[in-house]
Amino acid sequence: MNFIENPTKLRGFEKHIKVEKVSRRSILKGLGVTGGFVLAAPVMSRQAFAYETGAGKMPHGVVVDPRVFVAVAPDGTVTILAHRAEMGTGVRTSLPLIVAEEMEADWSKVKVQQAHGDEAKFGNQDTDGSRSTRHYLIPMRQIGASARTMLEQAAAKRWGVPATEVKAVNHEVVHSATSRKLGFGELAADAAKESVPAIEGLKLKDPRDFRYLGKGQIGIVDLHDITTGKARYGADVRLPGMKYAVIARPPVTGGKLVKFEPEAALKIPGVEKVMQVQGWPWPSKFQPLGGVAVIARNTGAAIKGRDALKLTWDDGANGKYDSVAYRKELEEASRKPGLVVRQEGDADAALKSADKVIVGEYYLPHLAHVSMEPPVAVADVKGDKAEIWAPVQSPGGTREDVAKTLGIPEGNVTVNVTLLGGGFGRKSKCDFALEAALLSKELGAPVKVQWTREDDLHHDFLHTVSVERIEAGLDKSGKVIAWRHRSVAPTIASTFAAGAKHAAPFELGMGLVDMPFEIANISCENPEAAAFTRIGWFRSVSNIPRAFAVQSMVGEIAAATGRDQKETLLALIGTPRIVKPAVKDMWNYGEPYDSYPIDTARLRKVVELVAEKGEWGRQVPKGHGLGIAVHRSFVSYIATIVEVAVDDKGKLTVPRVDTAIDCGTYVNPERIASQIEGAAIMGLSLAKYGEISFKDGKVEQKNFDDFQVIRMDESPVVTNVYIVPPGPDTPPSGVGEPGVPPFAPALMNAIFAATGKRIRNLPLGKQLEA
Amino acid sequence: MIKVKINGQEQSWDGDPDLPLLWFLRDEAGLTGTKYGCGQALCGACTVIVDKEAVRSCITSINDVAGREVTTIEGLHPNGDHPVQKAWRQVNVPQCGFCQAGQIMQAAALLMDNPKPSHDQIREAMAGNICRCGCYQRIENAVHLASTGV
Repeated sequence: MNFIENPTKLRGFEKHIKVEKVSRRSILKGLGVTGGFVLAAPVMSRQAFAYETGAGKMPHGVVVDPRVFVAVAPDGTVTILAHRAEMGTGVRTSLPLIVAEEMEADWSKVKVQQAHGDEAKFGNQDTDGSRSTRHYLIPMRQIGASARTMLEQAAAKRWGVPATEVKAVNHEVVHSATSRKLGFGELAADAAKESVPAIEGLKLKDPRDFRYLGKGQIGIVDLHDITTGKARYGADVRLPGMKYAVIARPPVTGGKLVKFEPEAALKIPGVEKVMQVQGWPWPSKFQPLGGVAVIARNTGAAIKGRDALKLTWDDGANGKYDSVAYRKELEEASRKPGLVVRQEGDADAALKSADKVIVGEYYLPHLAHVSMEPPVAVADVKGDKAEIWAPVQSPGGTREDVAKTLGIPEGNVTVNVTLLGGGFGRKSKCDFALEAALLSKELGAPVKVQWTREDDLHHDFLHTVSVERIEAGLDKSGKVIAWRHRSVAPTIASTFAAGAKHAAPFELGMGLVDMPFEIANISCENPEAAAFTRIGWFRSVSNIPRAFAVQSMVGEIAAATGRDQKETLLALIGTPRIVKPAVKDMWNYGEPYDSYPIDTARLRKVVELVAEKGEWGRQVPKGHGLGIAVHRSFVSYIATIVEVAVDDKGKLTVPRVDTAIDCGTYVNPERIASQIEGAAIMGLSLAKYGEISFKDGKVEQKNFDDFQVIRMDESPVVTNVYIVPPGPDTPPSGVGEPGVPPFAPALMNAIFAATGKRIRNLPLGKQLEA
Repeated sequence: MIKVKINGQEQSWDGDPDLPLLWFLRDEAGLTGTKYGCGQALCGACTVIVDKEAVRSCITSINDVAGREVTTIEGLHPNGDHPVQKAWRQVNVPQCGFCQAGQIMQAAALLMDNPKPSHDQIREAMAGNICRCGCYQRIENAVHLASTGV
């Protein structure tokens, strides 16, 4: 299958962005690739399983081939390839664990090896969109089952018995009738000669026989190395003769270097060279911003050298970007009709006839990712060959972009994926790897480009800034009869195509048009918004502002009608049903709607579960309050209860958080809990402090003193996580991202319960101290 | 020539005396377990132990530690079995893991100073170490576990 003829094969979200399609075609033409990108092996068959996923529609689809992913050594060591990037979710353990489970390998004899970026070989490697487990549970089981079958066939041949009489059990194949056993290592050479069985005929294990899946007993493979300082992140790569670089980039997105004076920098001990770095005009996807690089014998000298540079910039058209003024523009836009993206009934008429209309305008500023490891990459470019070591979420995309940027064939580029010291979407964009490649080419030596924290805050692909305006019309009985939601925010598409002003379908589908409430008259609108900086994916993406607005509005309706928050929420969700919004392109996280519908029974279930386990309605001390919120995102269902305490001076603490998640069939409940615990911290960080603001086109924040995140002394005292047991064929769904969206509205509903103050503008900051 | 003992080994430096210890450790001595997170002593990822005190190596110059003993994550225990390291593994603390060397060094220094810290004392002492993944609940549990015997 060739993606030139099949636009759905375009990388992830970009399939909605027309300009990108054109440029990708030209990349392929430029490299003389005419028939390429054929899937190396068939994707899963439709008949074999109870559900289908969107995995086959990702760029390069899925590869199900044990010869690609599994190796068995004569000493019995089983090596399993991890082809997705590890940024803290545990995926580098979970996916190989699925293979090991299904092939009956003993985990203590398994080695995990990180795959480099090669999607033709491994299938899609974009580690984003909370997709890894949901797309790869079945393919990894198939790979394990294939390997097991080949080992069983080899043993049966050796013994001269039918393959149906032998069985792989814990790293051995057993013929129970004669009590004979052969270890995997003893069978390795013969098994390799067996043909790979057809996917359709594979027998998968009965889940009742699982030793690892769903148990949560296996620690992550990097646990020992992380606790001893041996784990290797992007920043930790060292090559012989490697130079250290930091770059001064244009302070305003789209700005240009006018002149630079390197003399003072060159006098700093350890500084070896100062050189210009090629930049691309804004927007150009993930291409570097350009600027001036200081090359030194160590990073400290490079930073000191950069401080000494004298630089003159032309700020360009975005030099007027001002967050205070822009917020007013967004608010104005939200008060006027916009592009209608979902319409059911007649919201206008129903709002006019309503007994009461509640209006809420909710503001969320730009957010920065601030992964603990700032962007960093090592490149070694020699002639027309390039090797990269970098913490990238998208090694396949990085490989394509490095090849394009250097003008060399993709096959000449090797992208080694290190551990990621956090990703959160930032490291889906490979600009830092491209910078390293350009510098290494120019220097003729390996080079590490290290971003400082200031660089990270000033040149992020930021979470968008938004105003969400909701009008809810109530009849005399307090029932909601009309719902109008206007969502205004610069779109991620603006990073790919100049002038994009409307949300892409994938953005609309994150909490706007997929709103699940049972209301007769619904209008969802998307007024225009222009971008003035680089906008990108941030963990949970548009779900953050949408869930904040929708679930805060539920709290406002509860308050206005004098009803319980949870009961109001359940009444709005309505009857257990499959929601079918009147929307042209539902996106649905790229998943087929049959497998992953909006199921309000599941939505209700997580609300009820968290209410029961989290003791909703319990008596809390004076100054405390409880808030609840629920949100479906990345095709998972999550409900959160937050308890807050607000003292006389307005100081906020969070004594307890309870979260229930229904993520379908799951692999490692222990890592699910860690993701949800972490999501509460990230949710609290963005709700309390998260704000990147612009003045004169420049980001005002510099480091963790003015872009604060939650520290241990203000983190929730306890976070409890409850996982809904899956049905027998419930497809797996996302875990990495969906924990974040319900947190902020649950927090604000709790603050309202504690203080009577309704917070509609994030971050909270000092609003309670007034 | 500046001389400093790092993980029991004498090292010397004749370059810029103002070079932050962090970059000496990582780029000159090849001890990459100590991480860069902010460069301003705001996040704690670069925490090492100097003599018996937790120190942010990003704002400590190599000259400041001349003649002193520096312990990094690599030197905390020969087999990586310091009670704090063992507790960290038992509680499955890390997500991405990038901040954990700094967290572990901070916790080890805390326990040297206060072998049985309370809930509040742990939260106070560890507040200088940011974890963006949000492992705080487990960090606190691991410090408790390390203080009560792993």
